[in-house]
Order: sequence, then C-alpha cells, then structure tokens
Amino acid sequence: MHDLYQFVSGPLAWVAFILFVGGSLYRMIAMLVEVKKKEPFIFTYMSLKYSLRSIVHWMTPFATYNWRRKPVLTVVTFAFHICLFVSPIFLLAHVTLWDESWDISWWTLPDGVADVMTLIVIAGCVFFLLRRLTQPEVQFVTFPSDYFILAIVAAPFVTGFLAYHQWFGYPMVMVLHVLAGEVMLVAIPFTRLSHMIYSPFTRAYMGSEFGVIRKSKDF
Amino acid sequence: MAEPAVTQDEKKEEEEQKVVDEGIEVGISRLTEARIEQVINQVLNTETGARLKTYVNTCIHCGLCSEACHYYMSHDKDPKWSPVGKVKQTLWEMIRKKGRVSPDFMRRAVEIAQTECNLCRRCLQFCPFGIDIAYLISMVRRICHKLGITPLYIQDTAHSHSVTMNQMWVKGDEWPDTLQWQEEEARGEFPTLRIPLEKEGADIMYSVIAPEPKFQAQLIYQAAAIMEVAGVDWTMPADMGWDNSDMAMFTGDNEIMGRVKRTHFELAARLRVKRIVMGECGHAFRSVYDTGNRWLGWSHPPIPIVHAIDFYWELLKDNRIPIKEKYPEPVTLHDPCNVIRGGGLMEKARYVAHALCETVVEMHPNREYNYCCCAGGGVINCGPPYKLKRVKSNRVKAEQLMDAKARGAKVIISPCHNCHSGLKDIKNYYDLHMDIKFFGDIIYQIMEKPE
Repeated sequence: MHDLYQFVSGPLAWVAFILFVGGSLYRMIAMLVEVKKKEPFIFTYMSLKYSLRSIVHWMTPFATYNWRRKPVLTVVTFAFHICLFVSPIFLLAHVTLWDESWDISWWTLPDGVADVMTLIVIAGCVFFLLRRLTQPEVQFVTFPSDYFILAIVAAPFVTGFLAYHQWFGYPMVMVLHVLAGEVMLVAIPFTRLSHMIYSPFTRAYMGSEFGVIRKSKDF
Repeated sequence: MAEPAVTQDEKKEEEEQKVVDEGIEVGISRLTEARIEQVINQVLNTETGARLKTYVNTCIHCGLCSEACHYYMSHDKDPKWSPVGKVKQTLWEMIRKKGRVSPDFMRRAVEIAQTECNLCRRCLQFCPFGIDIAYLISMVRRICHKLGITPLYIQDTAHSHSVTMNQMWVKGDEWPDTLQWQEEEARGEFPTLRIPLEKEGADIMYSVIAPEPKFQAQLIYQAAAIMEVAGVDWTMPADMGWDNSDMAMFTGDNEIMGRVKRTHFELAARLRVKRIVMGECGHAFRSVYDTGNRWLGWSHPPIPIVHAIDFYWELLKDNRIPIKEKYPEPVTLHDPCNVIRGGGLMEKARYVAHALCETVVEMHPNREYNYCCCAGGGVINCGPPYKLKRVKSNRVKAEQLMDAKARGAKVIISPCHNCHSGLKDIKNYYDLHMDIKFFGDIIYQIMEKPE
C-alpha cells in the first residue's frame, strides 16, 4: 500500500500535472492558431472593454438576466465552482505537501471550513445530477459522458472527505483520492471540463460582438 | 384586411394537415448518403474552424438557453424545441456520425434549421458561455443549402436575388415606374415633392426591401412625404442594388448574399452619398450592417448604414418633422431582434415612440430581452406551408401582446417588415384585435402637411 501511495503521489502526479498544464496550453494554443489561420476576423472584433464587461457580469452572481431568473441554480453553481477551486488550493494538507516537496507554502483554510466547502462541492454534484435526471430540457441533451464528467469531478471530493475523516480504509481511500484528483486534472483539457479553458474566450468574443457591433447586452 | 376568426375545431383540423414542402422533398429524393457525408464534412472541415469546434466542446449541456426560446416556451417547454435541443437534433448528430446521416435525418434537420429557429439570438444572451447558437444553426442551413434541400418558397426568393438583385422578381422597369407612380400620387398632396432618382452627391441614399414596390408602395409614398417635409437631401437609385433585403443570408447561400450586398454598397458608392438610410426592416439591417458586409471583408459597413428608427430619431430630435398633435391611441412597441439585440436601437425607438404617441405601454420583457416575432430569420419566407406552425410557436408573443392590451395598448408599433407580418398573423390567430403600424405610418398620419 505504501509503495502504491508513493507511486500515485510521485511519478503519476508528475504525469497528471504535465498532462493538465501541457494539455491545457495545447488546447488553448491550438484554438488560437486555428483562429489565426481560418477565422482571423475574430481578432478584429475583440475588445478588451467589452470582453471584461461580459466576463465580469457572468462571474458575478445575479448580474445577468439569466442568473436573476434562476436564483437557486445561480447560488448552487457559484457556491459549487468557488468551493471547487478554493478548497483544494488552500487545503492545509495540500499546502503541506507543496511545502514538503518544494518548500513553498501559502495561506490555508481552517480545516472545518474546508470540510464544509467539500460538502458544498459534493452537494453541488448531487444537485447537477438530479437536474440532469429530472429536468426534461437537461435530460434531452444529456449523454452518458455528462454523468461521467460529473463523476470525475465528484470523486476527488468524496474520497477527500472520507480520507480527512478517516472513517474506513484510510490508506486505500488516500490512494483513491490522489488518483481521483489526477484523473480530474487530466480530464480538464481532454473532456468537456475544458469549458474551464475555453469559456473566457467564448465569453470574450460574444461580449465583443455584442459591445462593438450590436451595441446591446450579452448578459 | 382582418381575417375571419378561426374556431377551435378548424384550428385542430389545420394542425393535422401534414406539411409537404416540394423544395425539400425533391431535394431529398436526389440525395445519396455519400453525397450527404461529403457535403457535411466539406462544410465542417473547411468552412468552419476553431469557433464551431470550441462552441461544441464548451457546451456543458446545461439547458440554460431553453427558456430564451419562444418556440420552447410556446410548446409547453417541450425540450425538442429548445435551442440546445435543436443543435442536438442537427449538428451534434452530424459531428458524432462524421456526416454519415440519412436523407430522412436531413429532412428533419432542414425543417428544424429553417422553420423552427428564427436566428433571433436571444439564446446567446442566456448561455453562460456565450455560445453562438444562431451561428451553429446557420451552419446547418449552409449544409442544407449545399445539399439543395432548402424549402421551396425561400429558395425562390434566393433565386430572385440571384437573377434580379431583389427579393421579389421586380423587373428593371417596374422599379423606376413604381417610384414615378408614387411621386405623382404624392404630388397631389405635396405639390413640390420629388423622389430624386440617381442624384449623385446627395446626403442620403434611401433603400427599401422589394416587398415595398411590389405590394406596399404606400410606404414609399410615406417615406417621400417625410423626406419632403423634413427637407432632406436624398436620392433613390434607379439601378439594381436598390433592394437592401437578403434571403440568401438566411438560406446559407453566402455567395449570393455577398453579391447582393456588394451591389448595394457599390451603388451607394457610385452615387457618392454620405449615408444609406434604410426603411423599417430588421433582417436587411442585419445583412448590410452585420453579416453581409463582414462576409465581404468590410469589418464595418463601408458606407454608414442608418436604420429608419435612427433616422426618425435624428429628425425628431432636431424638430425637423412638425407634428400636428401626438397620436392619441395607446401604443405598445415591439423590439425587433435585428435592430435592437442586433443594433442597439432600443432607447432611440423609445424616444421616437414617445415623441410621436400620447401613451406608450411597455411589453414585458422588452428591449434586448424581447421575444422574437417568430417570422424573422427567413421563417416567414418559407411560406404558407409553415404558417400554422409559426403562429402556434409564438404563443408567448400573443400573451405578451394580450398583457399590453390589458394595460390599454390598442396599436402595436413594429419597426420591422418581418415582425409586422408575423405579428399580424399572430394577432389574427389569437383574436387579439389590435392594429399594427410602422413608425412611418404614424409619422405620416400626424405630421403637418401643406393645406
């Protein structure tokens, strides 16, 4: 078990981070190169002002028409995404690992807060799952891959929660947790989790089109 | 021209009639699976690029665009009418199967792309990622165009554009004839009025859509009257290119769209006018201001384009149209997608409405969030076979209008031709008993005229 842990948290972690960073950069650069080659006019219309106007509105709860129309979903999706980013980065146990390996560290969350944030992420996944299962307009456009990516996101948080509380089989859960985290990192550039990479660009372009040409709001 | 009210039974009966579109059927009968595969892959691999790919890869299948769509809302939230639902039934499937789809699949795809989406772009404002769903549906139309399965009626108008550079097969001599006829008529009322043809160096070239000379010549009369009273230095062209409309844009026939727009701009350049002012039409504005000019490589229109709303706003702001008294009946203002969501004229439209009318009752939602009329995007141009579906698919607009009527509105102002016709069908079908007018109708009615 110890060897297995050494393997997943050593070489495999390297592979995961390289694929995540390299893959994300590749997807981003490949997209920009193709735009330059086939649709360079897109750059003509990009406007920093309207890109930011659009991005800021959509990143602020209730700042857009659709966020206001869907208050429950808005609260859930913002809580989910914020906790999804913040809790792994500022978790004491994670920062300790960075500290041990690289001698770098930063501010950390109190464990209790991180625990609640983890539960929020898991609850968010359950909410999105129920939405997929019960809302006809979501169900109609749901593919098996949608459940799959939801599971990929939920797994590190479920295993992390179990590992923190050490309720059963700690060493095994720990290995699974590390593995789940690595799977998620690698999945980001290569599945529709890539909306993390692409959405600033699609948002910026739509914001620019609406601001520069259409002179109306895209939010 | 009110049509008789239709009873519930008659409505049901109509509904059961199956739509057979000869343009689609004949086209489908000529298709082979190999041809479909080749065309889909040609369009997806060579005509599109990172934009389409990124939109498809970024969509998280959340369904948040659904309630933007009047089709979806009018069909009791049946997901097959939602924006993403329509993309799923067309483009996703084509991509997933790498173009290996059947002729039957294409029959349904063209029906969705051409008659179940107005390209109104309301869903673009609802998508958290800003995915351009209208662009995705346009690409389906492009594929259908290349396969030769575009609905008959709208294909006919695209043919007309190709042959005559106007939408309605108006012949070379009919156009100046019509202008001359309207000039003569108008001189009875305004003795010094002219419709100056081919006046080089005029401030403004006035352009209209072909249905105006074809069967709404009074709109040209009214425009001439407004120009006369406001003392505008204007001209109308005598040659091809006078029509600013563009159905080729909506069939995915980008090559014809480009030819038509180039002719239009070159005409204005030949006349050395400072600006092009266009009548109250939405899709034509989209074509000359947003889509057609850009396809030709002009990032912005090479000669400034001024929509009628903008032009009336200028004239009214400068007090150039003397008004006898404001229009007394309470009005409600419809916001046409292509000039409001697509051109930002919402506040100017309101300025004009308030300057002309005693009472303006707002519809809700309004401005750039307004519901489409369900006629635009070439849907009404697919003709009578689809009329019933079109009106039934916009029950939400009828409800919006009914609500405005309950708060006193008697007249709908619709500064767009397609909206005008679409709303007329809606008010008739849902027995709304409201009048529909252009801004031009109201200005003409209330402005001071010579004794």
